[in-house]
Amino acid sequence: MEPILKARGLVKRYGKVTALDRCDFDLLPGEILAVIGDNGAGKSSLIKALSGAVVPDEGEIWLEGRQVAFGSPLDARGAGIETVYQTLAMSPALSIADNMFMGRELRKPGVMGRLFRQLDRPAMERFAREKLNELGLMTIQNINQAVETLSGGQRQGVAVARAAAFGSKVVILDEPTAALGVKESRRVLELIRDVRARGIPIILISHNMPHVFEVADRIHIHRLGRRLCVIDPKDHTMSDAVAFMTGAKLPDGVEEAA
Amino acid sequence: MADEAKAATSYEAGLKGASSRVAEFHEDTNTLKKIQHWLHQTPSAVPMIVLVVSLIVFGLLSDNFFKATTLSTILQQIAIVGILGCAQTIVILTAGIDLSVGAIAVFSSVLMGQMTFRYGLPAEVSIALGLCLGTAMGAVNGFLISRLKLPPFIVTLGTWQILLASNFIYSRNETIRSSDIGEQAPALQFWGGSIEAGGVKVLYAVFLMIALVAIMAYVLRSTAWGRHVYAVGDDPDAAELAGVQTKRVLIQVYALAGLFCAIAGWVMIGRFGSVSPTASTGQLGNIQSITAVVIGGISLFGGRGSIVGMFFGALIVGVFEMGLRLVGTDPQWTFFLIGVLIIFAVAVDQWIRKVAA
Repeated sequence: MEPILKARGLVKRYGKVTALDRCDFDLLPGEILAVIGDNGAGKSSLIKALSGAVVPDEGEIWLEGRQVAFGSPLDARGAGIETVYQTLAMSPALSIADNMFMGRELRKPGVMGRLFRQLDRPAMERFAREKLNELGLMTIQNINQAVETLSGGQRQGVAVARAAAFGSKVVILDEPTAALGVKESRRVLELIRDVRARGIPIILISHNMPHVFEVADRIHIHRLGRRLCVIDPKDHTMSDAVAFMTGAKLPDGVEEAA
Repeated sequence: MADEAKAATSYEAGLKGASSRVAEFHEDTNTLKKIQHWLHQTPSAVPMIVLVVSLIVFGLLSDNFFKATTLSTILQQIAIVGILGCAQTIVILTAGIDLSVGAIAVFSSVLMGQMTFRYGLPAEVSIALGLCLGTAMGAVNGFLISRLKLPPFIVTLGTWQILLASNFIYSRNETIRSSDIGEQAPALQFWGGSIEAGGVKVLYAVFLMIALVAIMAYVLRSTAWGRHVYAVGDDPDAAELAGVQTKRVLIQVYALAGLFCAIAGWVMIGRFGSVSPTASTGQLGNIQSITAVVIGGISLFGGRGSIVGMFFGALIVGVFEMGLRLVGTDPQWTFFLIGVLIIFAVAVDQWIRKVAA
């Protein structure tokens, strides 16, 4: 099967640190691909390269068979790749609706929108409320309340809802359950499955092995700035995965790179 | 491995029978908390209350205070600060600061005057050029801050000196006399004109200031660009990741601030009559506009506050100056009280921010 998102030979250096060392990546259509790796393995750099947040020094990325070069997150988003960053990328003083539509605001129809560029707040609020209800973890009274007045879990919920609502080709989730309680995590996992059911593939970065093994179709194990191997969660145990990503064990047919 | 997956999620079985109610918010019963929340949502409320209180106090202290002429004089005196305050507001909302507002205003007014009188351009053309050049000066600030990533304080501290010095060099320290402007280029003095109703003069400049505040209040509140300005000031990294072109927004903000300063420069010609490179606005405009912004409840850390607050802030300063003069105190009390207000305003800002915690 042709990967929907493919990267070859990505290199990213920060001064003397090589965060990505000729890294390859493949995401197949309709799958949930988990990316795991030890701290500092370069997971975040990989995700940032795929989502346009950093520009790799070398390497190529293809989306649906066409080569792409993202100069900014806006480019990636325009191409249909939506990302939930670990930092959530929300403006604390702005409202939930403002945050969901940041950079893609809806304008009023007619003269008020075209000439005076007035935002269509009712439509944006309606949409935001709908999406949060779909996610089910929201009991937010006021869609206009500032994001900073929400709890950590609620904020993460808003960020996930934003990505799920707008992602058309690929949704990337960087530690989406890190700040969530047991119940809320369950909702997010269900949401991940819902998004896949709509035919949209997902890249899931997580430290939570049970979550990864539960929802992932394939697991990309990242080590020392590159892809060590891709395993099927049905054929391996969590302790195998941990052994691979820490270097305690080498997967079959892979030799330790330098 | 399926067993393991099952075992891994089995801890969630403990959720059975757990409360299925979702998180609820408790209404704050504490009045102080309620006020804090209300202020959090309406940041211009504090300066408005201070303004109303000071109006009442001065009204009681001085019989002459609530006269139409007094009030129109206050508005007239804050017209320039109010327009510079519009520039300062959008810059401070992005967590920046613009120390060059006064210098851009004075230099623009000198450019408008000199182009008319030295090069013989029609006044309208020189005004248009002056506005463009003011915008360009702001854009240079924006370029240095967003592209070269220099701190706004340093950049504008530098351009303030550079522009003010250029202003003296270029103008050869010459003042263009009011009578000459009146005869040859009345368009330069346009904003000094006034409407008289019932013996009260209201300068066009006052209407211009109010119009600019109203337009910017709309732009900041109801357009995508306005929301982006707040987002950039709030958390630039988050804004960038969320799809805001932060660098472009920053350049636009500083350029627009430059345009407002140039407009203020044009208004200065109308207010003072003459074109003077030594106008005090060059030195004081910065501090006055920052004072209005801070008293107006706009956070120096960016992303919070409203331009209407800045307008109230400028009015408070004007009311204090006028009121204390009418009461007949030492004018130094004005500065004393404004200093107190600044510290009070920032303290209130810090307190309001705690609402998030």
